[in-house]
Amino acid sequence: MELLSGGDMLVRALQDEGVDLIFGYPGGSALHIYDAIFRQKGIKHLLVRHEQGATHSADGYARATGKTGVVLVTSGPGATNAITGIATAYMDSIPMVVISGQVPSDKIGEDAFQETDMVGCSRPIVKHSFLVKNAEDIPAVVKKAFYIASTGRPGPVVIDIPKDVTNPVDRYPYNFPEKLRMRSYTPAGKGHAGQIRKAVALLLSAKRPVIYAGGGVVQGDGSDLLTELAQRLNYPVTNTLMGLGAYPGTDKRFLGMLGMHGTFEANTAMHHADVILAVGARFDDRVTNTPSKFCPGAKVIHIDVDPASISKTITADVPIVGTVQSVLKEMLEMLKASKEMPDQSAIVDWWRQIDDWRERHGLYTAPRYRTDGDMIMPQEVISAVHQITNGDAYVTSDVGQHQMFAAQYYLFDKPRRWINSGGLGTMGFGLPAALGVKAAHPDAEVVCVTGEGSIQMCIQELSTATQYNLPVKILCLNNQALGMVKQWQEMQYEGRLSNSVYEESLPDFIKLAEAYGHLGMKIEHRDELHGKLTEAFAIKDRTVFIDVYVDPTEHVYPMQVMPSGSMRDMWLSKTERT
Amino acid sequence: MRRIISVLMENEPGALSRVVGLFSQRGYNIESLTVAPTEDATLSRLTLTTIGDDHKIEQITKNLNKLIDVVKLVDLTEGSHIERELLLVKVRATGAQRDEVKRSVDIFRGQIVDVTSNMYTVQISGTSEKLDAFLQALGEHTIMEVVRSGVSGIARGEKILSI
Repeated sequence: MELLSGGDMLVRALQDEGVDLIFGYPGGSALHIYDAIFRQKGIKHLLVRHEQGATHSADGYARATGKTGVVLVTSGPGATNAITGIATAYMDSIPMVVISGQVPSDKIGEDAFQETDMVGCSRPIVKHSFLVKNAEDIPAVVKKAFYIASTGRPGPVVIDIPKDVTNPVDRYPYNFPEKLRMRSYTPAGKGHAGQIRKAVALLLSAKRPVIYAGGGVVQGDGSDLLTELAQRLNYPVTNTLMGLGAYPGTDKRFLGMLGMHGTFEANTAMHHADVILAVGARFDDRVTNTPSKFCPGAKVIHIDVDPASISKTITADVPIVGTVQSVLKEMLEMLKASKEMPDQSAIVDWWRQIDDWRERHGLYTAPRYRTDGDMIMPQEVISAVHQITNGDAYVTSDVGQHQMFAAQYYLFDKPRRWINSGGLGTMGFGLPAALGVKAAHPDAEVVCVTGEGSIQMCIQELSTATQYNLPVKILCLNNQALGMVKQWQEMQYEGRLSNSVYEESLPDFIKLAEAYGHLGMKIEHRDELHGKLTEAFAIKDRTVFIDVYVDPTEHVYPMQVMPSGSMRDMWLSKTERT
Repeated sequence: MRRIISVLMENEPGALSRVVGLFSQRGYNIESLTVAPTEDATLSRLTLTTIGDDHKIEQITKNLNKLIDVVKLVDLTEGSHIERELLLVKVRATGAQRDEVKRSVDIFRGQIVDVTSNMYTVQISGTSEKLDAFLQALGEHTIMEVVRSGVSGIARGEKILSI
């Protein structure tokens, strides 16, 4: 049997796992591993500019491809810098393996240089973690880490490896396990047939049904089945922020996003529904608003791969634990075999009601923002980009107003195209995530929708884009303030803008982009918006930073009334309430 | 309601911290906790008592089950079961008190396991309730030091928790 050092074993095991790309940053405790990477071919390593960037890039890569993202960092600050990105992946259930160097085994616990307890620090935000004590264990640990990260409800897994374990001198037999069985980990598979039958009967009896689909449908590759189900029944569908693209955004059955900034029609339909089919969604507080007032007349069917997500905040009448794919497939088969059909006249009435809501306040039946004047409205920027990219770009985003505008106005027809930090709400996510997507899909159009606040949280990654020639579009909706913070302060703090405005301190983003070797473009007037955006998107081989000055007074609407409103209680504009 | 949850988990470093971390992270209470390896050295058995309504207990067991190190668990309070806790207590015992304390120990079927001229060390086992009652019977002024093991438990009858 071949003898390998710990460092070489790690790299070989990653190759055997099918890894082709790692995002990372070297440092003392990881140097043996980095040397092993230097001496191999097969795995490409992208050097980021900050470990947070590495995690977000790997995350973007994972979301766009469905594969597990891989990160390599050193001990101490390398490890702690990765924490935000690990937490981001954890909240959104993204498969990721983070390998961190650790100080040598005999120094652990001695407050050694660049020592931090990575397993301890990351414990609340990982699906699992390993501290490797013997080099011989590396192949099995790698196999387990990828298995755990990518199955069941996916999530990040940390492998912490002390430096002595990867030393190049000691060599051991390399033994990569072909198969894996873990007695303590059996991810959910098929759903309970009896429960699925109950769910189908309940669905068929519905008079005011809504299908509420979340990120689990995207992650679990269930979009096609969900679409088939909804179209077969002719039931309305709403997606969560994480689920956008799980159902085609331009289809007439799509009600738009639901929740805090969901559409009037989606939130109102949910509130009045008699049956809700929740698929791969977790009744997040940004969806339900006040749980005690949530959809008072609705029976809830809840399909999720994670039993702990079921009946956590909203009690499910028909809980089904299983993968989205297998459960939807069984539901469809039962529906096809069943002679019963939904009550057509009730469904027609329901659609009539929904269309009325759409006409009154829907986001897609008329512009719900100002359409005169010279000031560019953020909503129309997103609509323009949707049009110019034929609705087919990969769109990453940061966090804030621009994120909500992108979610509302870029109507995603395909899953894995909308890539944002939904659960943790991590500013700084967009740019490194875009680079991860671009690395995975070099020929695809990748747009990072951001704001002048978020972009400055990971702007150093502009340099990574230069080094590896990853041309993306950065669409900065510049309102010279932390827009969402400002919106809340204006709505709930009598306009006291505590630390949410930049005054004259913003950099010249055009010059900044140019300093990194990219192109910059500023758009300030409404009449030049389409022309300049078209020009920018015609450039395929360079990163373009598009700095769009938008109306700084604009708020995101609808906005659910907090803290004690129901789903249908919304602000529709600065002055209008439901 | 008070529950006793018994957990079989991998006897791995860090496993216990994951269980304890879960409780603090999600705001669950731990009233008591005991853990030791089983006859199979690769497994540990952990018993914890917690308080919560049915919804909270369901979340606790679901989230414990999600931990990769947890192999199996059971809520012992769902069925008939035996629970035991061990109490060691140092009691002031001088003069007439010596007989009085001895009598209480006998009534509660405890044992005096160490003796000095001023003090008895008493060992007693039973349900937590019984131990509480014993301490109450002793009266506060005589108690110098108390140590309790936390609850261990096992199901009655032929039900077993094993892999």
